Amino acid sequence: MSPISRGFRGRRREHADPSRVPPGQYVTSDFPVLSAGPTPHTPPDEWSFTIDGAVAEPASWPWEEFVALPSETITVDIHCVTKWSKLDTSWRGVSLDTLLESVVTEAGYLTAWSDGGYTTNLTLDDVTGGKAWVAYEYGAEPLEAEHGGPARLLVPHLYFWKSAKWVRGLTLTPDDEPGFWEGYGYHNRGDPWLEQRYQGD
Amino acid sequence: MARAAIPGRLTWQLGRVVELVDETPRCKSLVIELPEWRGHRAGQHVDVRLTAEDGYQAERSYSIASSPGDAQLVLTVERLEDGEVSPYLTDELRPGDELELRGPIGGYFVWEPSQGGPLLLIAGGSGVVPFRAMLRRWTAGERDVPARLLYSSRTLQEVIYRTELERLAEEGAEVNLTLTRQWPADWQGHRGRVDRALLAEVTWPPQQRPLVYVCGPTAFVETVAEALVKAGHEPGRIKTERFGPTGS
Repeated sequence: MSPISRGFRGRRREHADPSRVPPGQYVTSDFPVLSAGPTPHTPPDEWSFTIDGAVAEPASWPWEEFVALPSETITVDIHCVTKWSKLDTSWRGVSLDTLLESVVTEAGYLTAWSDGGYTTNLTLDDVTGGKAWVAYEYGAEPLEAEHGGPARLLVPHLYFWKSAKWVRGLTLTPDDEPGFWEGYGYHNRGDPWLEQRYQGD
Repeated sequence: MARAAIPGRLTWQLGRVVELVDETPRCKSLVIELPEWRGHRAGQHVDVRLTAEDGYQAERSYSIASSPGDAQLVLTVERLEDGEVSPYLTDELRPGDELELRGPIGGYFVWEPSQGGPLLLIAGGSGVVPFRAMLRRWTAGERDVPARLLYSSRTLQEVIYRTELERLAEEGAEVNLTLTRQWPADWQGHRGRVDRALLAEVTWPPQQRPLVYVCGPTAFVETVAEALVKAGHEPGRIKTERFGPTGS
């Protein structure tokens, strides 16, 4: 039970539907940026997306082939572990269901990896069934580099560090292996509705 | 990227505010006594949680300004005009109040003497807060690598930790200030924004492989990190922490 903070009333956001804002989050109309290092700039002709690891045959798509894959427009709320949430963000990208159709695997986990060395781990359950995409447009414009362009993972039902910026591939793994922030004490799964910010939450 | 040991569970704990220090017209340092603090590394942050009488809660993250060896935890908070939590902390909070927080959080944007250097810290505005912790940690250690701070502030009045920075400089840290909006007539420091020319003047060359930390508003960090990479610094030796437009 938290003690009352003397004199604190809080600023209620009438325009935000409370049922869409997870505990401890506030709604912002900005799009803050959080990254651990410099922003990579990979030109399209050097970009490809690869699925490898515990698969019968790896699959890989150069940029031109990737953006020719069937894509979807997705409008979702996103939640960053640093407390901001942004409602009704609009993206275009390829569903992971579509991408994973190209490989045969019995693995239950994956590590998403990015230019710049970032990684994050996810269960296959959390990225299949219409829950995850590789997005390359934001608000009908090409995704800017500082927000993860040319392409980033989009897993909106988990805290946004799982939506790896500058994503280049997925490595399927038989065991769950912590990614970058997960190795620094952040929660392994990161469900914002359960406020799974840090290990043990 | 190297991985840190996974810490245990982070529980909420109650601290007592023992002092509030005016740093600048918009920034205050909160000096907090925490009976159950298990220590931290320089560069880490904490989550602060406020609770209204009706149970409404708001949480925000703040960088730790104190060094691991300091007796009390210090947070420095910049008052954001449209903020929900920071105006409470800077205007309403009084010595003797309790404050709920948990941490330490984050294991990447940290510096310990074992990581070596040369240690190069580049701050924009209140991005200097975690660097106070790192420089205090540096002065408390063997100082076997040089430490250098480049700190960009709009005006001299907005420079956080002026006295502290002078003390750190006397202890051997190299402190470089640049003022971007206005400066006193007799200003001896740098003038203007951090750009490639200023970086070339102030930073060690890439061949010396400085370990670089950049902290500040997003646009500042993007500009500085990109300029460093273009100048030949290894991206893997540049660690960044960004305050978003609404970051509080």
